[in-house]
Amino acid sequence: MAAKRRPKLAVWKFASCDGCQLSLLDCEDELLAVAGEIEIAYFMEATRAVVRGPYDISLVEGSITTPHDAERIHQVRRQSKFLVTIGACATAGGIQALRNGRDVDQFMSIVYARPDYIDTLPTSTPISEHVKVDFELRGCPIDKMQLVELICAFAGGRKPMIPTHSTCMECKMRGNACVMVAHGTPCLGPVTHDGCGALCPSYDRGCFGCFGPAETANMSALTGQLSELGLESRNIQRLLRTFNTNAGPFREESSRHDS
Amino acid sequence: MPATNDASTKAGLLRRADLQSLIDALQRNDYRVIGPTVRDATVVYDEIAMVDEMPIGRGDNQDGGHYRLTDRADDAVFGYTNGVQSWRRYLFQPRRTLWRAKREARDFVVEPETEPAPKQAFIGVRACELHAIEIQDKVFVDGTYTDPDYQSRRATAFLVAVNCGSAGGTCFCSSTDTGPRSESGFDLSLTEFLDGADHAFLVEVGSERGAEIAADLPLEAATGADRQRARAITEETAASMGRTMPVDGLKDRLQQSLEHPRWQQVADRCLACSNCTMVCPTCFCSTTEDYTDITGQTAERQQRWDSCFALDHSYLHGGSVRTSTAARYRQWMTHKLAGWIDQFDVSGCVGCGRCITWCPVGIDITEEAAAFSGDGVE
Ligand code: SF4
Ligand code: SF4
Repeated sequence: MAAKRRPKLAVWKFASCDGCQLSLLDCEDELLAVAGEIEIAYFMEATRAVVRGPYDISLVEGSITTPHDAERIHQVRRQSKFLVTIGACATAGGIQALRNGRDVDQFMSIVYARPDYIDTLPTSTPISEHVKVDFELRGCPIDKMQLVELICAFAGGRKPMIPTHSTCMECKMRGNACVMVAHGTPCLGPVTHDGCGALCPSYDRGCFGCFGPAETANMSALTGQLSELGLESRNIQRLLRTFNTNAGPFREESSRHDS
Repeated sequence: MPATNDASTKAGLLRRADLQSLIDALQRNDYRVIGPTVRDATVVYDEIAMVDEMPIGRGDNQDGGHYRLTDRADDAVFGYTNGVQSWRRYLFQPRRTLWRAKREARDFVVEPETEPAPKQAFIGVRACELHAIEIQDKVFVDGTYTDPDYQSRRATAFLVAVNCGSAGGTCFCSSTDTGPRSESGFDLSLTEFLDGADHAFLVEVGSERGAEIAADLPLEAATGADRQRARAITEETAASMGRTMPVDGLKDRLQQSLEHPRWQQVADRCLACSNCTMVCPTCFCSTTEDYTDITGQTAERQQRWDSCFALDHSYLHGGSVRTSTAARYRQWMTHKLAGWIDQFDVSGCVGCGRCITWCPVGIDITEEAAAFSGDGVE
């Protein structure tokens, strides 16, 4: 029997901070085993050695913010059998999507000495608005164990165990008290996709919504409660306008809080 | 299983200064002692070694979506009421491995998880919680299939009940007939007498195991008056309860109201966050997750708590059955308050109030149930 060909993996970067790619490098204990089963064929952050495509699995980090990237993502798609977006930028447009609906030319004139060197789009958009995406891994940054789980599932040809329910379930499984109920701390947990293991509430902070909207998020019911807790409309909007500002439910709800 | 508490039950008085002897006696008998303690400004159940770790002089203020720890005017040890956790997590674990499998040549072998069950003693089990444990026994032990992990944890668990000296802000056990006095199901029960220098506990024995531990305690003789006083305390607690579950005819009313507009009204407020089901001491749903490692040489199946508020919970071939929050809330409430009676001969609600307090938006199951009173019209 011929030796089994290892699936080829590529990691692509678009507009992003590299934090999600670092999560992959951060899988120190698992990385060697992964590399034994999967050929890491294209991963510029780790090595300049490049194995040509096509690739069995592509991990895409970052959002589309330039005309060049809007082209490049199609090339990536063409070379990839299974395309996974990693992180809030690739999945929802990231924090840089705060520019959407604003005057980007004005920003450039303030930030850059030579704005004419800058070739950018007026929006930051998720990969799924440009090409077909096979799986979206949430988080800002992603959770490295979820990434390992995704790769193991891919290697085993099975469904990844990545639930889409709210952060509250994991929070209660850890035995935490609800920070909203017990301390009056505003928290996005009830509308936020599981994945971080309820990190912030476990340290007495409200959830910041890094993993974006949970399945069937009831945004207005939560923001109603946040204002009961004394949060002004302006601050509710700020809470929703971070890493996942452009994720549908967060975007729509935050625009209801324009004062 | 502990024997029923009858008139012949032994009792004695334990001075507050001697309460530590209870923890010590349990530890001498190899129990891992779990009791109330304060963490993150709430009362939680965790491993304790000293009475000083318990919420002495603490009380709480509870309402829908609201919990605050308070300072009491006295030194009550059990002056707090239900916190976010019940004992459920110590009998029915939030997550555990069911089995592992290893590839061997062209075959594979399955290795069941064999971690021995811990021998645990719970101090401060409220009457509603005792009832909740009995209900979970019906689900996990008394049915056609038993859950061996629950069963072995339950078999060794030593239960020290506490009769409630005050009702929590969201409690309604007197209307569900599940408290505030524990009549049976415990090994030992305590009623706290708060008399300053004479601060003591009436200790009642509910089982042989309980009698053995009681024999190890410096008990003073209890009088008939002490027993009467203990009853009077829980009667007063019952009378002070602010909420009621309208249990009469509720099952039929709910099962006949599946298309009632109230389901959508509550769904507009409900976050489908599943907090209510996570804190409920009787909720028993779990799901399994299968993992394989990167090499494909080992696999494992884990079990974790699940909730009827999660979309995946009703996933059948092709999609989820209960996609709307109205359908999920209806499933939760009709199952808890009606379907359980068909399945287990008992309502799934013991009136502990947790789902009311810990619902981030304060949805109140007693208020929702009341909406179906009368002729099914609001
Ligand atoms: S339904 Fe609510 S009040 Fe009833 S036992 Fe469960 S958590 Fe307690
Ligand atoms: S009733 Fe409350 S706790 Fe339960 S799912 Fe709805 S919002 Fe969450």
